[in-house]
Amino acid sequence: MPEDLNWAIGGEAGDGIDSTGKIFAQALSRAGRHVYTSKDFASRIRGGYTAYKIRTGVERVESVVDRLDILVALTERTIDENMDELHEGSVIIYDGERTEMADVEVPEGMIGLDVPLQSLAEDAGGAIMQNVVALGAACEATNFPIENLDSALEKKFGSKGESIVENNKEAARLGQEYVQEEFDHDFDYDLETTDNDYVLLNGDEAIGMGAIAAGCRFYSGYPITPATDVMEYLSGRIEQFGGEVVQAEDELSAINMALGAARAGARSMTATSGPGIDLMTETFGLIAQSETPLVICDVMRSGPSTGMPTKQEQGDLNMTLYGGHGEIPRFVVTPTNVGECFQKTVEAFNLAEKYQTPVFLVSDLSMAVTEQTFEPEVFDMDAVEIERGKVVDEDEIEAWTDEQGRFQPHFPTADGISPRAFPGTAGGAHMSTGLEHNALGRRTEDTEIRVEQVDKRNQKVKTAEEEEDWSPREFGDADADNLVISWGSNEGPMREAIEYLDEEGVSVRFLSVPYIFPRPDLSEDIEAADNVIVVECNETGQFANLLERDALTRLDRVNKYNGVRFKADELAEEIQNKLSQEVQA
Amino acid sequence: MSSEVRFTDFKSDKQPTWCPGCGDFGTMNGMMKALAETGNDPDNTFVVAGIGCSGKIGTFMHSYALHGVHGRALPVGTGVKLANPDLEVMVAGGDGDGYSIGAGHFVHAVRRNVDMSYIVMDNRIYGLTKGQASPTSREDFETSTTPEGPKQPPVNPLALALSAGGTFIAQSFSTDAQRHAEIVRKAIEHDGFGFVNVFSPCVTFNDVDTYDYFRDSIVDLEDEGHDPTDYDAAKEKILDADKEYQGVIYQNENSVPYHELHGLDQNMSEIPDGAPEGAMDLVREFY
Ligand SMILES: Cc1ncc(C[n+]2csc(CCOP(=O)(O)OP(=O)(O)O)c2C)c(N)n1
Ligand code: SF4
Repeated sequence: MPEDLNWAIGGEAGDGIDSTGKIFAQALSRAGRHVYTSKDFASRIRGGYTAYKIRTGVERVESVVDRLDILVALTERTIDENMDELHEGSVIIYDGERTEMADVEVPEGMIGLDVPLQSLAEDAGGAIMQNVVALGAACEATNFPIENLDSALEKKFGSKGESIVENNKEAARLGQEYVQEEFDHDFDYDLETTDNDYVLLNGDEAIGMGAIAAGCRFYSGYPITPATDVMEYLSGRIEQFGGEVVQAEDELSAINMALGAARAGARSMTATSGPGIDLMTETFGLIAQSETPLVICDVMRSGPSTGMPTKQEQGDLNMTLYGGHGEIPRFVVTPTNVGECFQKTVEAFNLAEKYQTPVFLVSDLSMAVTEQTFEPEVFDMDAVEIERGKVVDEDEIEAWTDEQGRFQPHFPTADGISPRAFPGTAGGAHMSTGLEHNALGRRTEDTEIRVEQVDKRNQKVKTAEEEEDWSPREFGDADADNLVISWGSNEGPMREAIEYLDEEGVSVRFLSVPYIFPRPDLSEDIEAADNVIVVECNETGQFANLLERDALTRLDRVNKYNGVRFKADELAEEIQNKLSQEVQA
Repeated sequence: MSSEVRFTDFKSDKQPTWCPGCGDFGTMNGMMKALAETGNDPDNTFVVAGIGCSGKIGTFMHSYALHGVHGRALPVGTGVKLANPDLEVMVAGGDGDGYSIGAGHFVHAVRRNVDMSYIVMDNRIYGLTKGQASPTSREDFETSTTPEGPKQPPVNPLALALSAGGTFIAQSFSTDAQRHAEIVRKAIEHDGFGFVNVFSPCVTFNDVDTYDYFRDSIVDLEDEGHDPTDYDAAKEKILDADKEYQGVIYQNENSVPYHELHGLDQNMSEIPDGAPEGAMDLVREFY
């Protein structure tokens, strides 16, 4: 278990919670500490409780836990909301002069630091900096060298001018000094720094960065939580690489624009969440049928319908696997942590172009809003390889024409992959269609050709199954009798849960699966284990159902669908409960 | 691009399956002529079509093409053009395709002003699904789904385009071959979104908006001495519900197409073998 510290700032939406939390996270990261952040927010802009939590350690941290050591409470409700996680010795920083805090009572055993945030901020140059005063106070309470905060403030406010930066630094100092002078405490906490170099980013940003790295030039999307950050990241950046972001009028348009760009030869992508995926499903079939390479990113949130837009769930797996009428060859790739969001995005583009198939890149809210530290090598641009597949140029095209000299973009090859000619290529003019077609792309209802083309498209998946590495990532004790399997973002909490379980004398083998279709064949692993538990954030166990079908056996599940991601300690407990039920049964 | 391109080079070897006499023949011929006359050839041309009898046009023409899903041809055309501004992009579809299921996209394509042409084969009926009312059907036009007429006014696509900030708005009649081809040519040459609503009669399901009807009622704007750069005059013509006009109704000569406004001049299909130069800066931002 990492030596960790859990810090949070909470208040009303609109209180600047997010940006304050981000500054502190950045300061920690710049001080060489690992950071894992989480946000608790409601689907409204002003009003409503919101919090930004940071877990930090010198060792990697992969999850949130049920413990809060330092809480910056801008409202009384913040304390109530977090009561379960506060403990003896927790420090609560608050401003007793704030009207919202008039009746605050610091619970027994906890340390209340009543700091006049607002008036100190005014002393430094403006009440707006009160959160920064709180950060200064937090530095003192955690023994964290305040210089690290300075550097994060420079990064945050640098573009606004020197004096703004200086005022903020001053605000932080006043907060720090106030705690130093007014409270005679020896705080238990000690945020030591290291020389490590980390970058701090969230899953959506990692996807956007992966897209640019992979040569994606065209992005069209329509805003939706929690996928919007992908678009916001790309806007203003992709242009520097000769690309363009178009905010379409709706998701139907977004995916069709992306399709158009892809047919013109661009690496192209769209990102959305469940409701948008529903709208895009119409065109999804056309993409597969016309054999157009396209990356469609689904950042899942809680459904169905508008469900809980700002809450976690992994409920779209069936949709990405089965969505669309008719039978559609596709890939479903599910990164398991923020770093993998980058790598799997690059991979998604390669898969799409190599196999001329739509690729669902499936992430989720908890990954999208989680900022996590990584060694920069995780985002190694030199390691990025671009595979464009069977693109033919002017000279190669003749080999793919029929007796009348017509290009055959759907020629039924043995591996199922046909040649692809970008528009502008001499001799390659052809039509693509969602109608069933022959090798030329012309409509047909010929029974034999129908079968041939269906087989051809599905052959691509079979080829990919053989050619690509679909293995899971493995953690824990390889020889353990207990096997835990999860997909997507559960990897982080589960990796830590392994350590909790270990302390309890329970050893587990853990397989984290980043591919749903095609997916690794885990039948043998399942057979070899005494107990198998599948962990996922949905009620029905969509992934467990698939594995059961693959392995022809019944599997245990741990499911969470209240809208909140798994916490490592909670997950460990649930797994232990499941295992003890097994033993009793 | 070769100079010897003839309009028949844009014809595919597939015989059109439209009903004999369908207005779409004339519409298509005019499109092919206009493409050839503007110096394009099939290999640099991308035709996007929707669904409907009209949508079959991509099959009967020869070029790079996509036959998409119902109503969504305009976004596809937008993607194609922005990804490679060197391509000549032409989008074609029916009145149902463009003004009903695709109406939302129509308005936004107009205001985006992407440099492509949009040719709507307006037969005021749904042809391919065998004769239901379309958004341009007359209020009292009896069809299989509206036995007593739609009882709602038809949309005015020209007015929609004008109110959305259209920079080129025109109307033509498919059987007036010369004029129709000329108007489409102007739409292609226009720097921006060139919209042409083409009266393209359905001889099978529409016995009201027939060749005879259009022949009798069409007024050519050129004969009227209409100045298409005069916005107010254009507005007046467009809102005149009693006449069927032919010609370029409105053209904004200051139109700057989307890709120029956004500084897009690259063919996005060309990308490096690895991450682009400078990609490491993206990582550094996160320190
Ligand atoms: C999503 C969807 N809804 C309905 C249809 C059925 N459909 C095919 S063509 C058509 C109407 C086409 O009318 P129009 O655009 O006027 O073209 P026309 O056939 O008259 O040329 C409809 C409703 C479809 N193909 N897809
Ligand atoms: S049904 Fe009408 S629109 Fe369709 S091909 Fe026949 S005449 Fe043309």
